[in-house]
Amino acid sequence: MLDRVSGALLEISDLQAWYGESHILHGATLHVNEGEVVTLLGRNGAGKTTTLKSIMGIVGKRTGSVKFEGRELIRLSSDAIARAGIAFCPEERGIFASLDVEENLMLPPQVRTGGLSREQIFDLFPNLRERLKSQGTKLSGGEQQMLAIGRILRTGARLLLLDEPTEGLAPVIIQQIGNTIRKLKEQGFTILLVEQNFRFASTVADRYYIMEHGKVIDEFANSELNQNLEKLHEYLGV
Amino acid sequence: MEPAAIEQKDESAPAIRAGGVPVAFAIMLALIAAAPFVTYPLFVMQVLCFALFACAFNLLIGYVGLLSFGHALYFGWASYVCAHTAKVWGLPPELAILTGAAFACGCGIVAGSLAIRRQGIYFAMITLALAQMMYFFALQAKFTGGEDGIQGVPRGKMFGVLDLGNELVMYYVTAAIFLTGFLLIYRIIHSPFGEVLKAIRENEARAISLGYKTDRYKLMAFVLSATLAGVAGATKAIVLQQASLTDVNWPMSGEVVLIALLGGLGTLFGPVLGALIILAMQYKLSSFGEWVLVAQGAIFVLCVLLFRRGIVGEIANFFRIRL
Repeated sequence: MLDRVSGALLEISDLQAWYGESHILHGATLHVNEGEVVTLLGRNGAGKTTTLKSIMGIVGKRTGSVKFEGRELIRLSSDAIARAGIAFCPEERGIFASLDVEENLMLPPQVRTGGLSREQIFDLFPNLRERLKSQGTKLSGGEQQMLAIGRILRTGARLLLLDEPTEGLAPVIIQQIGNTIRKLKEQGFTILLVEQNFRFASTVADRYYIMEHGKVIDEFANSELNQNLEKLHEYLGV
Repeated sequence: MEPAAIEQKDESAPAIRAGGVPVAFAIMLALIAAAPFVTYPLFVMQVLCFALFACAFNLLIGYVGLLSFGHALYFGWASYVCAHTAKVWGLPPELAILTGAAFACGCGIVAGSLAIRRQGIYFAMITLALAQMMYFFALQAKFTGGEDGIQGVPRGKMFGVLDLGNELVMYYVTAAIFLTGFLLIYRIIHSPFGEVLKAIRENEARAISLGYKTDRYKLMAFVLSATLAGVAGATKAIVLQQASLTDVNWPMSGEVVLIALLGGLGTLFGPVLGALIILAMQYKLSSFGEWVLVAQGAIFVLCVLLFRRGIVGEIANFFRIRL
């Protein structure tokens, strides 16, 4: 494993989470440094999405430690975690059907200064500008994903949790999402990404964590990818 | 990023057309202005009071997704407080109505703080239980007059100028109160606050994870709804010059559900049309006595089975407009 960089933006240690009686996370430990794009990889059911939800406090029960900018979040409610400066883009995108694109985009509260303006979001996603008055659910999957990401950029959060942003999208849209993530990284955003599409993840990630059975079992940097390919195939079963 | 060809664009359903609300509002305004010359003003005044009550209820169920089964508490108790303060304390009608609405607001804060901690059937049951507690209090308290209620409430002069003893003046004052409440609700649901309410209705967990304290928004909507229901109840006490147990009992909470459902939950004009239909039915079928309840029950079942969007909801959906 890589040495922990002191002063990480997000530090998770021994994170355990439950859905009702089901124990899903069994002591996940990881960290994300400021400005990094870190990807969680693993097979279905490994606990990747649950890790993001546990960071946001939207699982039934969780224990362990989640520190953001050195501040412990484990006892905070979900809305307080969002207002601390973490934004979550869920796999199902969570677009509000009765609101149009503009209303969806303007809905989130600004939790910090430095949130992107409407124009900056349209520069990232020009498609949204053309669909401003369309109802959220009338958008294509790609546009919904753009809206879901654009929406959280307005909040001013500097840590973005993206859950499978490319799921079900056409290759041309996946390429757009990848370009956007790279631009966001250039602008100083920190991103924790959950992705099944390893080919996509390898184009944006700085580091990877491999999860299995609710734990982090391995970690390597993107520069070490070639040395770890065989191991990775074994972990992911691809 | 360059705009790209987007896959699977859903164009199957035509877009919602603008213009439905101004047209419907103009028609409603014209009908309200002309109504006292073609039918009994007292009947229309009752319709307007119930329409405001149902609009207030609809703010909660239609735009936040919270089914209160105890809205009779705010309607009925505001009616009692207004009747008492006008008759015993001698307050002018505008202050009596405001006092009734303020009491409903206070009840809304207490009941809402308790109820919004739960959702679905539990929320409905808590609101019903609290309303029934207050019903029994109304039954036992001396100032409410028990089963007799408060009779002979003076209408007085509004602002010391408008003589509400004149039926036509009373009518237009009632119409003005209804329209103020209606436009306030319109403003609320089209404000950023209203957008958050709609977001909570659709996906509360998502709204929370965006950083909203949704309980605060739900409580605010609950209190607004209770207060407006109180305005409706207090106005009704002045209009009918009485307050009775009927307005505070659970069938009244059920009736407002029926009115909103029949007209169309989550539509602006649905509760108004629903109130008109239900009250017209009660009026026309009054000679059949308790059979009115059977007819209401049948309408409820038909509404749920055949047009779940309600009458206005179905019209809006057919013409692809917002109403």
